[in-house]
Amino acid sequence: MPHLDAAYNLARWLTRNDDDAQDMVQEAYLRAFKFFDDFRGVDGRPWLLTIVRNTCYTWLQQHRAHDMTTFDEEAHTTEGDTLDPATLVLRSDDHRLLRQSLEELPVEFREVVALRDLEGFSYKEIAEIANVPVGTVMSRLARARERLKHSLCNRLKEKH
Amino acid sequence: MNCKDAQSLIDGYVDGELDLVKNLDIEKHLQECALCSQGYKNQQSLRDAIRGGPFYFKPPAELRGRIEQSLRTAAKAEASPRVLPWRWLSVAAPVAAAAVVVLALVPLLQGPSADELLSREVIASHVRSLMANHLADVPSSDEHTVKPWFNGKLDFSPPVPDLADKGFPLVGGRLDYLDQKPVAALIYRRQKHFINLFVWPSPGSPESATKSVTRQGYHVLHWTGSGMTYWAVSDLEANQLREFSQLIQNQT
Repeated sequence: MPHLDAAYNLARWLTRNDDDAQDMVQEAYLRAFKFFDDFRGVDGRPWLLTIVRNTCYTWLQQHRAHDMTTFDEEAHTTEGDTLDPATLVLRSDDHRLLRQSLEELPVEFREVVALRDLEGFSYKEIAEIANVPVGTVMSRLARARERLKHSLCNRLKEKH
Repeated sequence: MNCKDAQSLIDGYVDGELDLVKNLDIEKHLQECALCSQGYKNQQSLRDAIRGGPFYFKPPAELRGRIEQSLRTAAKAEASPRVLPWRWLSVAAPVAAAAVVVLALVPLLQGPSADELLSREVIASHVRSLMANHLADVPSSDEHTVKPWFNGKLDFSPPVPDLADKGFPLVGGRLDYLDQKPVAALIYRRQKHFINLFVWPSPGSPESATKSVTRQGYHVLHWTGSGMTYWAVSDLEANQLREFSQLIQNQT
């Protein structure tokens, strides 16, 4: 079973639930098997993750429509402009806080962070998987990290 | 470069996605600007925390088996014959007629033949081997490397003919599982097309001529000879695969 870890990790981050992630991965493999003819000669991991991603989005739209607040790219372009000079110091027991902050991100942001920082895909590969331009990948990542820093700082302040 | 420009590029810089010129520009700015430099450090520590943290979800152990099961079921569902309407008919019809119908339909009710099921298994194995980046356990074009590799893994020694000069170079060998037993899979190549040749012993079964099946765009050839059963599968053109099987049969 190729790329099962990557498929599950992405599905789990998108659905935020173990059982749903398993269903998504199973369905994605069935689709992958069916459409195998379309994919010969292509690197398997991005191809499979594209299917996982699309399977998850379809499901999210049907079952978690309220989670899918479609993100207006233009309305948020000024968000990242604020400078934040406070030093971000993370200790190992802050993982829990970081996880909470990650889980709170909108699904498009969780997606780019998971694909970039957990899977190590290039912007170009992420653009293909998420079916958006490379520029959008970069701005989503920037905004995702900006949000993460903000919510993490707030959580750290509360804690100390 | 001012701070605003630097801010907009800092993610690309952290991710190593900037071109050389922009890279140099931003490095220069970071040396000069304490504020942006601090922002960069924050960005780095955030990234390191995400990468280094326990955030990669591992699939539960049973998921693999569950998916393999569902792939098998899907492959079988495609193969199952339409028996239900006929059963209805046999119940509704008068007894004598029913008996005739049932007798006539016995082969249908038995479902697809063993060969047909096996050919589906062979195709599924072929597809999986390409999908899984797991074409060969022992990648080698040398028959004298591939053949001994099977020693101790199988209770038979498959013939591994060298067909490189005939345009079918050997790619390697793999253990596979077909017809409820471990079998040898030999991988050959013609140009960009891979051929899986599955081999296992079939003592006592008569030599049989080559049978062919085409399904889902794959050609499958099947024959027995010298106490071995052979199944060859590929997306190669039918006559080229036939040529391949002829070459194998000449050398075994």
